[in-house]
Amino acid sequence: MTTTLVETPVGATAPAAAPTGARAQRTGAPLGRASGLTLGVVMLGLSLLVLLPLAAVGAEAATNGWSGFWASVTAPAAVDALVLTVTSSLVVTAVNVVMGTLLAWVLVRDDFPGKRWLELVIDVPFALPTIVAGLVILSVYGRNSPVGIDLFGTRWGIMVALLFVTLPFIARTVQPTLMAFDRDTEHAAATLGARPRTVFRRIVLPPLVPAIAAGAALAFARAMGEYGSVLLISGGLDKTQVSSMYAFSLYESYDFPGAAATATVLLVVSLVVLVGFEIVSHRAGRRG
Amino acid sequence: MSIQATGVVKRFGAFTALDDVDLDVHAGALTALLGPSGGGKSTLLRVIGGLETPDAGEVTIAGRDMTRVPAHERNVGFVFQHYAAFQHLSVYRNVAFGLEIRRRPKAEVRRRVNELLELVHLEELADRKPAQLSGGQRQRMALARALAAEPSVLLLDEPFGALDTKVRRELRGWLRALHDEVHVTTVFVTHDQEEALEVADEIVVVNKGKVEQVGSPSDLYDKPANDFVMEFMGPVTRLGGRLVRPHDVHVSAAHVDGAVPGRVARLQRIGFEVRADVTTADGDLWVQLTRGQADTLELTPGSDVWLRALA
Amino acid sequence: MADTLAPGRPTPVAGRGRGGRIALRTVGLAYVAILVLVPLGIITWRALSPGLPAFWAAISSQQAITAFRLTAEVAFASVLLGTAFGVALGILLTRYHFVGRRLLGVLADLPMAVSPIVAGLALVLVYGHNGWLGGPFEAAGVDIIYAVPGMILATTFVSLPLVLREVVPVLQEVGTDQEQAARVLGAGGWHTFWRITVPTIKPALTYGVVLALARCVGEFGAVAVVSGNVSGVGQTQTTTLVIAERVQQMEPGAYQLAFVLIVTTVAALLVAAHIRRKDELS
Repeated sequence: MTTTLVETPVGATAPAAAPTGARAQRTGAPLGRASGLTLGVVMLGLSLLVLLPLAAVGAEAATNGWSGFWASVTAPAAVDALVLTVTSSLVVTAVNVVMGTLLAWVLVRDDFPGKRWLELVIDVPFALPTIVAGLVILSVYGRNSPVGIDLFGTRWGIMVALLFVTLPFIARTVQPTLMAFDRDTEHAAATLGARPRTVFRRIVLPPLVPAIAAGAALAFARAMGEYGSVLLISGGLDKTQVSSMYAFSLYESYDFPGAAATATVLLVVSLVVLVGFEIVSHRAGRRG
Repeated sequence: MSIQATGVVKRFGAFTALDDVDLDVHAGALTALLGPSGGGKSTLLRVIGGLETPDAGEVTIAGRDMTRVPAHERNVGFVFQHYAAFQHLSVYRNVAFGLEIRRRPKAEVRRRVNELLELVHLEELADRKPAQLSGGQRQRMALARALAAEPSVLLLDEPFGALDTKVRRELRGWLRALHDEVHVTTVFVTHDQEEALEVADEIVVVNKGKVEQVGSPSDLYDKPANDFVMEFMGPVTRLGGRLVRPHDVHVSAAHVDGAVPGRVARLQRIGFEVRADVTTADGDLWVQLTRGQADTLELTPGSDVWLRALA
Repeated sequence: MADTLAPGRPTPVAGRGRGGRIALRTVGLAYVAILVLVPLGIITWRALSPGLPAFWAAISSQQAITAFRLTAEVAFASVLLGTAFGVALGILLTRYHFVGRRLLGVLADLPMAVSPIVAGLALVLVYGHNGWLGGPFEAAGVDIIYAVPGMILATTFVSLPLVLREVVPVLQEVGTDQEQAARVLGAGGWHTFWRITVPTIKPALTYGVVLALARCVGEFGAVAVVSGNVSGVGQTQTTTLVIAERVQQMEPGAYQLAFVLIVTTVAALLVAAHIRRKDELS
């Protein structure tokens, strides 16, 4: 079993870098009485909990028609928030692609005393309450920074907070794939004349791309929607307001259609990028 | 391109895989490293290939000292038991890999890859991915890949170990034929003595990190240097306190001076052979005869026989 | 693989060789230390340096006690719901086929891609007193939004995929052999479920539950929307919301509460790691 903290998704929202050994079961038994009933209950529950509420968001966003929606979405504050959110999320995801792969490499291929603790520390930001993460970041990079770095009210502060909470995603999706990797292919490439760097680039990395993409999708989704950890360091300034904060402020001023419009855009952008990641990982899997 | 290894020592922690091993392979030879699992033969092969660095000793290939030379500069071809196919590349790209690394012009790469694919009969499958090939096909691809960049030596680590018996037999003969055509110095590792006997010009028996014997198949089979080699190379049984081959025992129905008397406990007919289990004063053994011999001697369970070792 | 012969480390042929390995390790460790360890250290210091009396005051005030209670209530209820859903969904998705199976999987996984603020908003729009389903509940005198039930819904929403994601890979990998054997031996569906399926997924399930628990305890954004962030009388503030208030109102006691949550998180991770290690060794 290769369960990780951040496991590959069940549905089609992100590419599935399935742990080796997991047999994708296309077939299954037909529904019986008990299972059919369970399915009904589950579907009812999911509808009440997920489907209906998300539909309500879409509906609410459309309350004032297309023009109302468009006006909400193109308001300067909304645009600024979205731009900040998307760029921060992309930058942070990119950094994580590099650092996450590096960390996965260190976790799998290296051995040193305390390596187990490294795994644990990497998982902390994911499991930590977001507001606590925010306070942690604030205490280091805020106004009274003990290291003299004041990022309060800056984009950099936001990005550091996002880096913090998205740390484990890629590392933990790449780790199982790397562990199951057939080392002999690296040896084969070496005997064929490839230098270590080339072996990594041409033989090890390509099969890792699906896992990296899966982790990147999760990291991006998390960064896009992140609220608690960026709330404090942003300082409530307009220029450091991410979309989730903007939506919340609209909600607090009872502009539900506006909040819903922002939420809808946030959702759509997230999903579009996630689909993009899935396409990338698919292409990478087919090329060659 | 000849291969010499002198005084090779390799340890993994407290475990000594190779204990002062010498090896001498002539250019163009087809040599088998034969021995039981864990005996060190794979390690020796990997040392030659540069995939392991020895703790002591030297490795020379084609007259050049390769001991400290990393694998990617040795120009050796290596074939692995589980194929080590590059799953994300097509068969064509797999075979072309070594040439592409050496930045050969595209036209040359294409020519050479097609040449090799024809040699291993995989031309039709050039665009497939390794996952779509059978085990035997993958191994043929691996061979083509290893040969593509014209290595000075070809090393194979239990190349047929992961294959079905039938495919294994096919590829064995095929490797022999390939070697006859391509003439590259080849060393392969196997734990199957039948395979070594069938394919190799020369066999090196490796056990517990040491070389037990080096010789031609018939040398090893008929003139084993010690009990281990004898037991490993073929069937053995004990007569008069020493190991003999069951088919090298002369059986008489009448008393013969100096022969060991015994009684037939059991007779088994297996095809055209007859296996007789014989009880003697010193212990039990088994003897292998042809049907004709058994009939001439009129052997039945309970017959008295006199046994003499022929070799 | 030939590496299984060698108890030691094989000559590295990918990456950058021996020197490269030290470099990678250093970069990785430094990154993690700077990003995670140093900040955690600083906040621990900030939480503990005012001394024990201050610590006690921060966690024993009425507000804190109520917050702990609310956090525990909401978290446990959400974990229960999430686990029930997760296991049921896991089995349905891996052992049965039906129209819309893929869609169901996507739906169950969707909360991973949704911002907690959006989740909160979505629930308010349905269960709030002007919401689609708000009417009937209000008539019955049941408060969902700005009350504990709504907070449970919100927390369940965000943690729903966690148990599912742990359970599904195990179910897929284990396959149906054991269950089929049980069937042949005469066990009915329910029996098979309890005696065969559940023990098989128990480590993964426990792991998922621990993670979900940590997540539910730590939920902030969705609960901030749904609870109304009520302080004082009729408090709906969970521990995380109290921390936020204390920081934003510049009141003392935020670090201490945060420290408590950090300790619980790390404890949960240690338990989870222990479970995983025990399972790997068996």
